[in-house]
Amino acid sequence: MSAHASHAPAPKRSGLWDWLTTVDHKKIAILYLIAGGIFFLAGGYEALLIRLQLMYPEASVVGAKTFNELITMHGTTMIFLAVMPVIFALMNAVVPLQIGARDVAFPFVNALGFWLFFFGGVLLNTSWFLGGAPDAGWTSYTTLALNQYSGRGVDFYVLGLQIAGLGTLIGGINFLVTIINMRAPGMTFMRMPMFTWASFITSGLILFAFPAITVGLVLLMFDRLFGGNFFNPDAGGNVVIWEHLFWIFGHPEVYILILPAFGVISEIISTFARKRLFGYSSMVFATALIGFLGFMVWAHHMFTTGLGAIANTLFGLATMLIAVPTGIKIFNWLLTMWGGQIRFPTANLFAVGFIPTFTIGGMTGVMLAVPPADYQYHDSYFVVAHFHYVIVGGLVFGLFAGLYYWWPKMFGKMLNETIGKWNFWTFFIGFHLTFFPQHFLGLMGMPRRVFTYLKGQDLDVGNFISTIGVFGMTIGTILFLINVVVAAKGKRAPADPWDGRSLEWTIPSPPPEYNFAQTPLVRGLDAFWIEKMAGNKGMTPAEPLGDIHMPSPSFLPFLMSVGLFIAGYGFMYHNYVVVAIGLILTFGCMFARSVKDDPGYHIHEDEIEEKGVKA
Amino acid sequence: MKGWQQFWRQLSLFGLLALVLTGCGKDELSALKPSGPVASMQYDLMKLSSAIMIGVFIVVMLIFTYVLIRYRKRPGQQGVPKQVEGNHALEILWTVIPFLLLIVMAIPTVTTGFALHKEFPKEEALQVKVTAHQFWWEFEYPDLGVATAQDLVLPVGKKVQFQVTSADVMHAFWIPALGGKIDTNPGQENKIWLQADKTGIFYGKCAELCGASHALMDFKVEVMDQTAFDSWANGMKGVQSKEPVAATAPSAAQGQEIFNKSCLGCHAIAGKGGKLGPNLTNFADRERVAGILAHTPENLAEWLKDPQKVKPGNNMPNLNLDDAQVKALVEYMSTLSVK
Amino acid sequence: MATHHANAVLPDEPEKATLEGKNKILGFWLFLGGETVLFGSLFATFIALRDQANGGPTSQQLFDMPLVAAATLLLLTSSMTSVMATLALHKKNLKMIQVWLTITVLLGLGFLALEIYEFVHYVHEGHKISTSAFGSAFYTLVGFHGGHVAFGILWITLLQLSAVKKGLTVVTAPKFYLACLYWHFIDVVWVFIFTVVYLMGMIGGKVG
Repeated sequence: MSAHASHAPAPKRSGLWDWLTTVDHKKIAILYLIAGGIFFLAGGYEALLIRLQLMYPEASVVGAKTFNELITMHGTTMIFLAVMPVIFALMNAVVPLQIGARDVAFPFVNALGFWLFFFGGVLLNTSWFLGGAPDAGWTSYTTLALNQYSGRGVDFYVLGLQIAGLGTLIGGINFLVTIINMRAPGMTFMRMPMFTWASFITSGLILFAFPAITVGLVLLMFDRLFGGNFFNPDAGGNVVIWEHLFWIFGHPEVYILILPAFGVISEIISTFARKRLFGYSSMVFATALIGFLGFMVWAHHMFTTGLGAIANTLFGLATMLIAVPTGIKIFNWLLTMWGGQIRFPTANLFAVGFIPTFTIGGMTGVMLAVPPADYQYHDSYFVVAHFHYVIVGGLVFGLFAGLYYWWPKMFGKMLNETIGKWNFWTFFIGFHLTFFPQHFLGLMGMPRRVFTYLKGQDLDVGNFISTIGVFGMTIGTILFLINVVVAAKGKRAPADPWDGRSLEWTIPSPPPEYNFAQTPLVRGLDAFWIEKMAGNKGMTPAEPLGDIHMPSPSFLPFLMSVGLFIAGYGFMYHNYVVVAIGLILTFGCMFARSVKDDPGYHIHEDEIEEKGVKA
Repeated sequence: MKGWQQFWRQLSLFGLLALVLTGCGKDELSALKPSGPVASMQYDLMKLSSAIMIGVFIVVMLIFTYVLIRYRKRPGQQGVPKQVEGNHALEILWTVIPFLLLIVMAIPTVTTGFALHKEFPKEEALQVKVTAHQFWWEFEYPDLGVATAQDLVLPVGKKVQFQVTSADVMHAFWIPALGGKIDTNPGQENKIWLQADKTGIFYGKCAELCGASHALMDFKVEVMDQTAFDSWANGMKGVQSKEPVAATAPSAAQGQEIFNKSCLGCHAIAGKGGKLGPNLTNFADRERVAGILAHTPENLAEWLKDPQKVKPGNNMPNLNLDDAQVKALVEYMSTLSVK
Repeated sequence: MATHHANAVLPDEPEKATLEGKNKILGFWLFLGGETVLFGSLFATFIALRDQANGGPTSQQLFDMPLVAAATLLLLTSSMTSVMATLALHKKNLKMIQVWLTITVLLGLGFLALEIYEFVHYVHEGHKISTSAFGSAFYTLVGFHGGHVAFGILWITLLQLSAVKKGLTVVTAPKFYLACLYWHFIDVVWVFIFTVVYLMGMIGGKVG
């Protein structure tokens, strides 16, 4: 550890300033959760409007252009600004604790990642008030997305996502280094909890996938703002290149979304069945294989683009292969519960509800993988049904499960179980009502991204039922929000409310600033469970009690993100003075950070509240 | 019992929906009601893959339901369950069986895939060039000397080879009852073959977001027997190789004057006119106005009065015609027939 | 912070002597992995669009071997001098680090000067980012690389200036190490650019 840290007392920050300057992973997790939650509500409101417009044929709840803005923003907001941040919230809250670390490898970069996401998301959403949101779909295909065919909205998409994407990329690097370098003594890779494994592989996917979309966005930006011709066929450009770049990112992206959910499900099913995870090694292998194969299948989003029979067949077969490791996981979860003593707090309701729902999503995925059949399914409501089954029925259920499970650890309060059960059932039933009929709508000839459908095409009943289901999900979401408020006034949660198996449950809820008074010694998989079965109350420490070195808080991450935010507007409006101001702010802060070393501060041995065992 | 409740709730939900939706869609539009060999091959693959997947789902749900009921914690139950690391035999089983199932799916996938990518020359198939526009469809029959739009006329029981492209943004050409879709990319040409084995009208859709009126870019496919088709094609060719016929009725003649002044720049009739908008040679025979409105004089008048209101974002300007002019134009356009 | 220049107390391989140092090195290798995908995407795009000159000048008409060879020589040599700087780092010799890094920066500046001259010349020949898909792809790929070179020069210069005050410590050592690693990376990228863009662009292809 650094021997040169300042011995000045810990800086006392409070209120808003504390939150704007924190580099503590636990607080950053809460920031991600709040911001992601707000964007989730925005995306949900957009969904409500979409389904209201589609409730009846030839309705006029919203006009055609507004509808295209709604579907674009719904997809973009939900994926980039809602579920990914909540994933990062859980990763930040849980991974350092699960590996016995005191923070992530780069706390400053962690904060920077959050603020970049936040300001990128804000920039994108100001489009609603500045002339219109992007309306070319979350996939923003060219040439529709070029400025000959769409307005300034797409510029907000291009700049907002570049900024937010940068935040995600550095977040991924952070978790990779943290997991590789900072595990507690005794925690080999094959003794890591599944959520940490999932976070690790997800971070690898982020590292290699996000640069591809960054390049795509830069090229689109050049075409739109600087006269480039990458995607303009009249000057030799090629529209399909965008699709390749987007999906080389886009396919790994959906595995970035689902793998953490798989990790959450593994933890929860295991804990609430009181059994170790069945087939841990094959779970690890399957997760890694899914991640790897995820880079090999991107063109299954492009089967109808005209790549040819050979390319389509190869990508189709590769896509089908992913079903094998995914199936392995499902059977491992079922066999984990087999022979157990299963309890059903809300966290486990969501985890258990995930299994059949995600399986259906996986089934339609395999169906979609067959290229000739996909020629019918592609760009129809069948695809919309498939991806909502895996993203909402898979990922969002997993996120709700993780929130109910780790809420006590993050906030020191338990979420209310009665409200939780109502939350689950309304959301679950609402979800299936919304999306199950959409499989049939697609097969019956309804394309996607349509602001209305004509009367007399037999599409009325399915659409009507689908909209009814949305009300269920809306109620479910509201119940969750109510639960959050109710829980805040509840009793303090214990360190280990669920009889857990991993290290995060060995420290108080919420943990002290430094997480572990003494880094624990890990003796096997399910480190805490092993100690419990051996009759111990807690972990054996791996180091003596001593002063703990902590990183200093900083306002620079916030400022750096504001700089890029400002520069983004400058680019969009071709105002290079504004661009210069923004970039000088960002690079100036980088310069300051490089030049002025952060000595951190110490928490003295006598300040550590718990009685540590002198090793 | 929680697990039991879950299972029955789900089953009844799906059952209800399945019941309600077994309409399975319209003959003219549904992929579940194939009217040609391409759609049939694709439908067979759909049935095979969904059958296999439903089989897997049933296995999963049986284990799932059993586990949730049998191993639910009973009140007062004590002790720690036996911790099981894994079971090699089982793990191999549920790796190998899915893999074998995939092979069962893979073989017809490959054969159908290559069959659908065959390209047929003009000796074996009718050649049609499709150009997608915001928000209408252009169809040319190069070997027959015919150009038309919005209504695709085809002979029954004969292979049709399409070459598709776009004049502006990406669209996608889709006739679900006849087969799957293909993207129309600006600056590139894609190929697809289809065949209709029943006569009648089939619905075509655009299946790639292409702007505000993407949802309104329907086209119709009129399938008729070979004799009728030949007669249609000859009629079209005949009309298109000559000057437009002068309208006789006074109102229609007035409409033709307006047409020549305001519309010919973008629209072609017979051998004359522009190509920015749909060819209107046989407009009176078409199923719809602007692809979506029922073909009545009132709807045509509505379109001519304010095209942007009917199809937001389309490229036809508002010509600011008064009611009399619109009436005359409607009269003229109802003479534009090739029958 | 310790400001003493006593290198005797410095451990061997000082850049890896602390957890922070190890984290930074691993993190930076991972970042370079991401950069590889970034440049890979730009290369793939360039290869797809290299023949789309839209009536403007083609690569066969534009590229000039002596200029490109000179630029390559400068950059490759600067990569070698940065290796010498890393060796000096392991010998814990701050003075030699500064000498070798100064030469590296000067060579890098020379490279940039040649590249700027090259681009200005091309613009005069009618080859701009807006001329064609080839133009867009060329300037984006080669320009991004040039931007990386410029950033590297600024970074190394900044480190050199701050080392005058702070000296060589377990805190500054990783920074030198990473800057040299970065410099090697952009040199490797240049080797690919030289091959794929210039060499392959000077042979074959359509004329006019």
